[in-house]
Amino acid sequence: MPITLPDLPYARNALEPHISAETLEFHHGKHHNAYVTNLNKLIAGKPEEGKSLEEIILSAEGPVFNNAAQVWNHTFYWSCLKPGGGGEPGGELADAIRRDFGSFQAFRDALADAAATQFGSGWAWLVAEGGRLKVVKTPNADLPMRHGQTALLTIDVWEHAYYIDYRNARPKYVETVIDHLLNWDFAAKNYQKAGG
Amino acid sequence: MAFELPSLPYDYSALEPHIDARTMEIHHTKHHNTYVTKLNEAIQGHANLAGKSLEELLAGARNLPDSIRQAVINHGGGHANHTLFWQIMGKGKGGEPAGVLADGIQAAFGNVAEFRAQFSAAAANRFGSGWAWLVVDKSGKLRVTSTANQDSPIMDGHKPILGLDVWEHAYYLHYQNRRPDYIAAWWNTVNWDKVTEFYKAAHQ
Repeated sequence: MPITLPDLPYARNALEPHISAETLEFHHGKHHNAYVTNLNKLIAGKPEEGKSLEEIILSAEGPVFNNAAQVWNHTFYWSCLKPGGGGEPGGELADAIRRDFGSFQAFRDALADAAATQFGSGWAWLVAEGGRLKVVKTPNADLPMRHGQTALLTIDVWEHAYYIDYRNARPKYVETVIDHLLNWDFAAKNYQKAGG
Repeated sequence: MAFELPSLPYDYSALEPHIDARTMEIHHTKHHNTYVTKLNEAIQGHANLAGKSLEELLAGARNLPDSIRQAVINHGGGHANHTLFWQIMGKGKGGEPAGVLADGIQAAFGNVAEFRAQFSAAAANRFGSGWAWLVVDKSGKLRVTSTANQDSPIMDGHKPILGLDVWEHAYYLHYQNRRPDYIAAWWNTVNWDKVTEFYKAAHQ
Protein backbone atom coordinates (compact mmCIF):
# COMPACT_ATOMS: atom_id res chain seq x y z
CA MET A 1 0.00 0.00 0.00
CA PRO A 2 1.91 3.08 -1.14
CA ILE A 3 2.01 6.23 0.94
CA THR A 4 -0.26 8.86 -0.64
CA LEU A 5 -0.32 12.65 -0.71
CA PRO A 6 -3.30 13.89 1.32
CA ASP A 7 -5.38 16.76 -0.02
CA LEU A 8 -5.01 20.12 1.66
CA PRO A 9 -7.79 20.53 4.27
CA TYR A 10 -8.75 23.85 2.58
CA ALA A 11 -8.50 25.55 -0.82
CA ARG A 12 -5.04 26.66 -1.98
CA ASN A 13 -6.01 30.32 -1.65
CA ALA A 14 -7.75 29.88 1.72
CA LEU A 15 -4.82 31.21 3.76
CA GLU A 16 -4.37 34.42 1.76
CA PRO A 17 -3.19 37.08 2.30
CA HIS A 18 -0.96 35.46 4.94
CA ILE A 19 0.23 32.50 2.86
CA SER A 20 -0.32 32.78 -0.88
CA ALA A 21 -1.92 30.23 -3.18
CA GLU A 22 1.40 30.23 -5.08
CA THR A 23 3.28 29.15 -1.95
CA LEU A 24 0.79 26.36 -1.24
CA GLU A 25 0.88 25.25 -4.87
CA PHE A 26 4.63 24.62 -4.58
CA HIS A 27 4.67 23.58 -0.95
CA HIS A 28 1.89 20.99 -1.23
CA GLY A 29 1.96 20.20 -4.94
CA LYS A 30 5.74 19.98 -5.32
CA HIS A 31 7.60 19.69 -1.99
CA HIS A 32 5.13 17.53 -0.05
CA ASN A 33 4.40 15.52 -3.16
CA ALA A 34 8.13 14.93 -3.79
CA TYR A 35 8.60 13.53 -0.28
CA VAL A 36 5.72 11.09 -0.93
CA THR A 37 7.13 10.07 -4.32
CA ASN A 38 10.68 9.71 -3.01
CA LEU A 39 9.55 7.65 -0.03
CA ASN A 40 7.56 5.23 -2.16
CA LYS A 41 10.56 4.77 -4.47
CA LEU A 42 12.92 4.20 -1.53
CA ILE A 43 10.73 1.58 0.19
CA ALA A 44 9.55 -0.29 -2.93
CA GLY A 45 10.31 -3.99 -2.41
CA LYS A 46 11.78 -3.34 1.06
CA PRO A 47 10.45 -4.48 4.47
CA GLU A 48 9.19 -0.94 5.09
CA GLU A 49 6.74 -1.22 2.21
CA GLY A 50 3.96 -2.75 4.35
CA LYS A 51 4.53 -0.53 7.38
CA SER A 52 2.58 2.52 8.47
CA LEU A 53 4.17 5.95 8.05
CA GLU A 54 4.64 6.19 11.85
CA GLU A 55 6.34 2.78 11.99
CA ILE A 56 8.73 3.82 9.22
CA ILE A 57 9.52 7.11 10.96
CA LEU A 58 10.27 5.40 14.27
CA SER A 59 12.63 2.81 12.77
CA ALA A 60 14.27 4.33 9.67
CA GLU A 61 17.43 6.41 9.22
CA GLY A 62 18.90 8.46 6.40
CA PRO A 63 16.88 9.22 3.26
CA VAL A 64 13.97 6.90 4.20
CA PHE A 65 13.60 8.69 7.53
CA ASN A 66 13.98 12.14 5.95
CA ASN A 67 11.28 11.57 3.35
CA ALA A 68 8.89 9.71 5.68
CA ALA A 69 9.20 12.32 8.42
CA GLN A 70 8.71 15.15 5.93
CA VAL A 71 5.54 13.46 4.62
CA TRP A 72 4.22 13.34 8.20
CA ASN A 73 5.42 16.84 9.13
CA HIS A 74 3.71 18.48 6.16
CA THR A 75 0.41 16.60 6.63
CA PHE A 76 0.46 17.73 10.26
CA TYR A 77 1.41 21.31 9.33
CA TRP A 78 -1.55 21.72 6.94
CA SER A 79 -3.92 20.84 9.79
CA CYS A 80 -2.17 23.29 12.13
CA LEU A 81 -3.30 26.16 9.89
CA LYS A 82 -6.79 27.40 9.01
CA PRO A 83 -8.34 30.53 7.56
CA GLY A 84 -9.39 32.80 10.41
CA GLY A 85 -7.14 30.99 12.87
CA GLY A 86 -4.79 32.45 15.43
CA GLY A 87 -6.00 34.06 18.61
CA GLU A 88 -5.87 32.11 21.84
CA PRO A 89 -6.98 28.58 22.73
CA GLY A 90 -9.68 27.90 25.29
CA GLY A 91 -10.47 25.10 27.71
CA GLU A 92 -7.97 22.65 29.16
CA LEU A 93 -5.26 23.48 26.65
CA ALA A 94 -5.39 27.16 27.63
CA ASP A 95 -5.08 26.14 31.29
CA ALA A 96 -2.12 23.89 30.52
CA ILE A 97 -0.37 26.67 28.56
CA ARG A 98 -0.78 29.05 31.50
CA ARG A 99 0.42 26.37 33.90
CA ASP A 100 3.56 25.49 31.91
CA PHE A 101 4.52 28.83 30.33
CA GLY A 102 3.05 31.31 32.85
CA SER A 103 0.88 33.07 30.26
CA PHE A 104 -0.26 32.78 26.67
CA GLN A 105 2.06 35.67 25.79
CA ALA A 106 5.06 33.81 27.26
CA PHE A 107 4.13 30.75 25.18
CA ARG A 108 3.73 32.90 22.08
CA ASP A 109 7.19 34.44 22.64
CA ALA A 110 8.76 31.01 23.17
CA LEU A 111 7.24 29.61 19.97
CA ALA A 112 8.22 32.68 17.93
CA ASP A 113 11.77 32.52 19.31
CA ALA A 114 12.13 28.80 18.56
CA ALA A 115 10.89 29.34 15.01
CA ALA A 116 13.17 32.33 14.43
CA THR A 117 16.29 30.69 15.85
CA GLN A 118 16.10 27.25 14.23
CA PHE A 119 19.22 27.80 12.11
CA GLY A 120 18.82 26.43 8.60
CA SER A 121 15.84 24.27 7.71
CA GLY A 122 13.49 22.82 10.31
CA TRP A 123 10.40 23.10 12.46
CA ALA A 124 9.16 24.74 15.67
CA TRP A 125 6.68 22.80 17.81
CA LEU A 126 4.34 22.87 20.77
CA VAL A 127 4.62 19.38 22.28
CA ALA A 128 3.38 17.40 25.27
CA GLU A 129 5.95 15.36 27.14
CA GLY A 130 5.40 13.61 30.46
CA GLY A 131 2.23 15.59 31.16
CA ARG A 132 3.87 18.98 30.50
CA LEU A 133 3.78 21.30 27.51
CA LYS A 134 7.02 22.46 25.91
CA VAL A 135 8.20 24.44 22.91
CA VAL A 136 10.93 22.68 20.94
CA LYS A 137 12.65 23.07 17.56
CA THR A 138 13.94 20.36 15.26
CA PRO A 139 16.36 20.53 12.30
CA ASN A 140 15.47 19.38 8.77
CA ALA A 141 13.02 16.43 8.99
CA ASP A 142 13.41 15.64 12.68
CA LEU A 143 10.16 15.52 14.68
CA PRO A 144 8.81 15.12 18.23
CA MET A 145 7.72 11.48 17.94
CA ARG A 146 11.41 10.50 17.66
CA HIS A 147 11.98 12.14 21.05
CA GLY A 148 9.10 10.63 23.03
CA GLN A 149 7.01 13.78 22.60
CA THR A 150 3.51 14.29 21.20
CA ALA A 151 3.19 17.11 18.67
CA LEU A 152 0.32 19.53 19.29
CA LEU A 153 1.20 22.29 16.79
CA THR A 154 3.99 23.08 14.36
CA ILE A 155 5.36 25.88 12.18
CA ASP A 156 7.44 24.95 9.13
CA VAL A 157 10.54 27.17 8.95
CA TRP A 158 12.16 25.66 5.88
CA GLU A 159 12.68 28.67 3.60
CA HIS A 160 10.34 27.14 1.01
CA ALA A 161 7.47 27.65 3.49
CA TYR A 162 7.75 31.43 3.35
CA TYR A 163 10.28 32.63 0.79
CA ILE A 164 7.80 33.52 -1.98
CA ASP A 165 5.68 35.61 0.42
CA TYR A 166 8.19 36.90 3.01
CA ARG A 167 11.69 36.53 1.50
CA ASN A 168 14.23 36.58 4.34
CA ALA A 169 11.71 37.96 6.87
CA ARG A 170 11.17 34.72 8.75
CA PRO A 171 10.07 36.42 12.02
CA LYS A 172 7.25 38.21 10.18
CA TYR A 173 6.03 34.92 8.66
CA VAL A 174 6.14 33.26 12.08
CA GLU A 175 4.22 36.04 13.83
CA THR A 176 1.64 36.07 11.05
CA VAL A 177 1.09 32.32 11.36
CA ILE A 178 0.73 32.54 15.14
CA ASP A 179 -1.64 35.53 15.06
CA HIS A 180 -3.78 34.67 12.02
CA LEU A 181 -3.52 31.01 11.06
CA LEU A 182 -2.87 28.62 13.97
CA ASN A 183 -5.67 26.08 14.34
CA TRP A 184 -6.23 25.76 18.08
CA ASP A 185 -9.10 23.28 17.63
CA PHE A 186 -6.62 20.89 16.03
CA ALA A 187 -4.11 21.51 18.85
CA ALA A 188 -6.82 20.83 21.46
CA LYS A 189 -7.67 17.50 19.79
CA ASN A 190 -4.00 16.53 19.79
CA TYR A 191 -3.78 17.52 23.45
CA GLN A 192 -6.75 15.31 24.34
CA LYS A 193 -5.25 12.38 22.41
CA ALA A 194 -1.99 12.89 24.28
CA GLY A 195 -3.90 12.31 27.52
CA GLY A 196 -4.32 15.96 28.49
CA MET B 1 38.11 45.76 13.86
CA ALA B 2 34.59 44.69 12.98
CA PHE B 3 33.90 42.47 10.00
CA GLU B 4 32.28 44.19 7.02
CA LEU B 5 30.00 43.13 4.19
CA PRO B 6 32.15 43.01 1.04
CA SER B 7 30.83 44.55 -2.17
CA LEU B 8 29.96 42.20 -4.97
CA PRO B 9 32.60 42.19 -7.73
CA TYR B 10 29.79 42.70 -10.32
CA ASP B 11 26.24 44.10 -10.61
CA TYR B 12 23.25 42.26 -9.15
CA SER B 13 22.07 41.54 -12.70
CA ALA B 14 25.46 40.22 -13.91
CA LEU B 15 24.63 36.55 -13.44
CA GLU B 16 21.29 36.61 -15.29
CA PRO B 17 19.63 34.56 -16.65
CA HIS B 18 21.21 31.92 -14.42
CA ILE B 19 20.77 33.80 -11.13
CA ASP B 20 18.32 36.71 -11.16
CA ALA B 21 19.10 40.22 -9.87
CA ARG B 22 16.42 40.18 -7.17
CA THR B 23 17.80 36.97 -5.70
CA MET B 24 21.34 38.38 -5.75
CA GLU B 25 20.28 41.62 -4.07
CA ILE B 26 18.36 39.93 -1.23
CA HIS B 27 21.04 37.29 -0.86
CA HIS B 28 23.81 39.87 -0.53
CA THR B 29 22.13 42.77 1.28
CA LYS B 30 19.90 40.73 3.59
CA HIS B 31 21.21 37.21 4.13
CA HIS B 32 24.98 37.85 3.90
CA ASN B 33 24.62 41.15 5.73
CA THR B 34 22.81 39.45 8.63
CA TYR B 35 25.67 36.96 9.02
CA VAL B 36 28.18 39.82 9.22
CA THR B 37 26.07 41.70 11.78
CA LYS B 38 25.51 38.64 13.94
CA LEU B 39 29.17 37.59 13.75
CA ASN B 40 30.20 41.02 15.02
CA GLU B 41 27.61 40.79 17.82
CA ALA B 42 28.84 37.33 18.78
CA ILE B 43 32.51 38.25 19.17
CA GLN B 44 31.93 41.66 20.73
CA GLY B 45 33.39 41.73 24.22
CA HIS B 46 35.67 38.74 23.58
CA ALA B 47 39.03 40.53 23.58
CA ASN B 48 40.94 37.33 22.81
CA LEU B 49 39.08 37.00 19.49
CA ALA B 50 39.23 40.64 18.44
CA GLY B 51 42.40 40.45 16.33
CA LYS B 52 41.68 37.14 14.65
CA SER B 53 41.02 36.76 10.95
CA LEU B 54 37.84 35.04 9.82
CA GLU B 55 39.86 31.98 8.78
CA GLU B 56 41.54 31.82 12.21
CA LEU B 57 38.18 32.10 13.95
CA LEU B 58 36.70 29.28 11.88
CA ALA B 59 39.74 27.01 12.15
CA GLY B 60 39.36 27.16 15.93
CA ALA B 61 35.58 27.47 16.06
CA ARG B 62 34.89 24.03 17.53
CA ASN B 63 37.09 24.85 20.54
CA LEU B 64 35.37 28.12 21.41
CA PRO B 65 33.38 28.44 24.67
CA ASP B 66 29.78 27.14 24.59
CA SER B 67 28.43 30.67 24.84
CA ILE B 68 29.69 31.74 21.40
CA ARG B 69 30.75 28.54 19.57
CA GLN B 70 27.56 27.96 17.57
CA ALA B 71 27.17 31.68 16.76
CA VAL B 72 30.68 31.82 15.29
CA ILE B 73 30.11 28.57 13.36
CA ASN B 74 26.79 29.83 11.96
CA HIS B 75 27.55 33.48 11.29
CA GLY B 76 31.31 33.31 10.77
CA GLY B 77 30.72 30.39 8.43
CA GLY B 78 27.92 32.30 6.73
CA HIS B 79 30.21 35.29 6.19
CA ALA B 80 33.13 33.23 4.85
CA ASN B 81 30.99 30.99 2.65
CA HIS B 82 29.16 33.84 0.96
CA THR B 83 32.35 35.89 0.53
CA LEU B 84 33.87 32.97 -1.40
CA PHE B 85 30.65 32.30 -3.31
CA TRP B 86 30.46 35.82 -4.77
CA GLN B 87 34.08 35.67 -5.93
CA ILE B 88 33.90 32.35 -7.76
CA MET B 89 31.06 33.55 -10.00
CA GLY B 90 31.08 36.20 -12.72
CA LYS B 91 29.40 37.61 -15.80
CA GLY B 92 29.87 35.58 -18.97
CA LYS B 93 31.86 32.87 -17.19
CA GLY B 94 31.39 29.13 -17.13
CA GLY B 95 33.25 26.92 -19.55
CA GLU B 96 35.99 24.57 -18.46
CA PRO B 97 38.83 24.80 -15.95
CA ALA B 98 42.30 25.05 -17.50
CA GLY B 99 45.97 24.81 -16.60
CA VAL B 100 47.08 23.56 -13.21
CA LEU B 101 43.51 23.36 -11.91
CA ALA B 102 42.41 21.16 -14.81
CA ASP B 103 45.48 18.98 -14.14
CA GLY B 104 44.58 18.76 -10.45
CA ILE B 105 40.95 17.86 -11.20
CA GLN B 106 42.04 15.16 -13.64
CA ALA B 107 44.45 13.72 -11.11
CA ALA B 108 41.82 13.68 -8.36
CA PHE B 109 38.65 12.72 -10.27
CA GLY B 110 39.83 11.18 -13.56
CA ASN B 111 38.29 13.92 -15.68
CA VAL B 112 36.32 17.16 -15.44
CA ALA B 113 32.97 15.50 -16.26
CA GLU B 114 33.37 13.11 -13.34
CA PHE B 115 34.24 16.00 -11.02
CA ARG B 116 31.16 17.94 -12.17
CA ALA B 117 28.96 14.89 -11.61
CA GLN B 118 30.28 14.38 -8.09
CA PHE B 119 29.96 18.07 -7.21
CA SER B 120 26.43 18.34 -8.63
CA ALA B 121 25.39 15.21 -6.73
CA ALA B 122 26.81 16.64 -3.49
CA ALA B 123 24.76 19.80 -4.06
CA ALA B 124 21.56 17.93 -5.00
CA ASN B 125 21.77 15.43 -2.14
CA ARG B 126 22.43 17.90 0.69
CA PHE B 127 19.18 17.49 2.65
CA GLY B 128 17.95 20.79 4.07
CA SER B 129 20.22 23.82 3.95
CA GLY B 130 23.92 23.76 3.14
CA TRP B 131 26.73 23.87 0.61
CA ALA B 132 28.67 21.75 -1.89
CA TRP B 133 32.42 22.32 -2.03
CA LEU B 134 35.59 21.69 -3.96
CA VAL B 135 38.32 21.85 -1.34
CA VAL B 136 42.05 21.32 -1.06
CA ASP B 137 42.43 18.99 1.89
CA LYS B 138 45.26 18.91 4.46
CA SER B 139 47.40 16.70 2.23
CA GLY B 140 46.95 19.06 -0.73
CA LYS B 141 44.46 16.84 -2.60
CA LEU B 142 41.28 18.07 -4.25
CA ARG B 143 38.06 16.69 -2.77
CA VAL B 144 34.33 17.23 -3.22
CA THR B 145 32.52 17.67 0.10
CA SER B 146 29.24 18.98 1.42
CA THR B 147 28.42 20.78 4.66
CA ALA B 148 25.15 21.43 6.49
CA ASN B 149 23.79 24.92 7.15
CA GLN B 150 26.71 27.40 7.21
CA ASP B 151 29.39 24.99 8.46
CA SER B 152 32.67 26.00 6.82
CA PRO B 153 35.12 23.45 5.38
CA ILE B 154 37.81 25.53 7.12
CA MET B 155 36.62 24.01 10.42
CA ASP B 156 37.76 20.62 9.08
CA GLY B 157 41.16 21.92 7.98
CA HIS B 158 40.14 22.13 4.32
CA LYS B 159 40.72 25.11 2.04
CA PRO B 160 37.54 25.70 -0.02
CA ILE B 161 38.24 26.91 -3.57
CA LEU B 162 34.73 26.51 -5.08
CA GLY B 163 31.39 26.54 -3.26
CA LEU B 164 27.73 26.28 -4.23
CA ASP B 165 25.05 27.59 -1.90
CA VAL B 166 22.04 25.24 -1.83
CA TRP B 167 20.06 27.00 0.88
CA GLU B 168 16.63 27.55 -0.63
CA HIS B 169 17.14 31.34 -0.38
CA ALA B 170 19.88 31.01 -3.03
CA TYR B 171 17.44 29.85 -5.71
CA TYR B 172 13.83 29.81 -4.55
CA LEU B 173 12.58 33.02 -6.23
CA HIS B 174 13.67 31.79 -9.65
CA TYR B 175 13.78 27.98 -9.41
CA GLN B 176 11.37 27.23 -6.50
CA ASN B 177 11.64 23.49 -5.76
CA ARG B 178 13.81 22.76 -8.82
CA ARG B 179 17.22 22.65 -7.14
CA PRO B 180 18.75 20.46 -9.89
CA ASP B 181 17.91 23.11 -12.51
CA TYR B 182 19.63 25.76 -10.38
CA ILE B 183 22.71 23.57 -10.02
CA ALA B 184 22.88 22.94 -13.77
CA ALA B 185 22.51 26.66 -14.56
CA TRP B 186 25.03 27.74 -11.90
CA TRP B 187 27.91 26.04 -13.75
CA ASN B 188 27.50 28.80 -16.39
CA THR B 189 28.56 31.39 -13.82
CA VAL B 190 31.73 29.75 -12.49
CA ASN B 191 34.80 31.98 -12.72
CA TRP B 192 37.49 29.33 -13.24
CA ASP B 193 40.30 31.92 -13.24
CA LYS B 194 39.35 32.82 -9.68
CA VAL B 195 39.06 29.17 -8.65
CA THR B 196 42.54 28.58 -10.13
CA GLU B 197 43.85 31.52 -8.11
CA PHE B 198 42.43 29.99 -4.90
CA TYR B 199 43.85 26.59 -5.91
CA LYS B 200 47.34 28.03 -6.29
CA ALA B 201 47.06 29.98 -3.04
CA ALA B 202 45.97 26.82 -1.20
CA HIS B 203 49.23 25.15 -2.19
CA GLN B 204 51.50 27.96 -1.02
